[in-house]
Amino acid sequence: MSAGSRGLGAWLVQRFSAVYLAFFVVYFAVSIAICKPGDFETWHHWIMTPAMNIAMSLFFIALAAHAWVGVRDVVIDYVHSTALRVGLLAIIGAALLACLLWAGRVLWVS
Amino acid sequence: MNKTNPGPRYLDLLRIKMPVGAVTSIAHRLSGVLLFFGIPVLIWLLDLSLRGPEGFARIQAMFDGSLVRLGSVLVIWALVHHLLAGIRFLLLDLHLGIGLQAARASALAVTVSAIVITLVYGVSLL
Repeated sequence: MSAGSRGLGAWLVQRFSAVYLAFFVVYFAVSIAICKPGDFETWHHWIMTPAMNIAMSLFFIALAAHAWVGVRDVVIDYVHSTALRVGLLAIIGAALLACLLWAGRVLWVS
Repeated sequence: MNKTNPGPRYLDLLRIKMPVGAVTSIAHRLSGVLLFFGIPVLIWLLDLSLRGPEGFARIQAMFDGSLVRLGSVLVIWALVHHLLAGIRFLLLDLHLGIGLQAARASALAVTVSAIVITLVYGVSLL
């Protein structure tokens, strides 16, 4: 049985990305609740500090990977026509990659 | 069972018995799909907020509107439920709380907590 059809790789990606996403989301929500960045300067400065910039970039990479595994599972479960399923997965994959690149631009290109 | 005789099928969703874990699980899937559609919105908001003071102010103004606030309640539910149900699944992966009673209790706790937290958030917007 091929490694891909065992699903272990996808399962690990989903679980590890989930752990990072959980920590980041909680950290982010608590930070906002405590510091309440009320103006552009404070917000921009916080997001653009190297540590936050990198942590947020990792967040979007983890998010793309996690979302891909999840939505792929949903499509495989409910879309039984091979042509439609493959087409849909291709579009969703491209969309997630586009979103990742967009997030990269937002965080790294001034 | 094979292609010529596929065996019995009972797919009447309104009559299949749904234990609490089933509710938690399908809500976890539903919330995941919702969040997926929210990804481009999230990035768009981040983009707008970082462009300049005008973008930042525009977002503040948007979140004064009742439609956006209502939408944010749905998104918060999706995020909180997906996160809590996800943590439950991770713990189950580690075989923590895997007994039937424990699993049912944690499923109920997750589902109810997500709704309660969402309500608290909703009320904070009023």
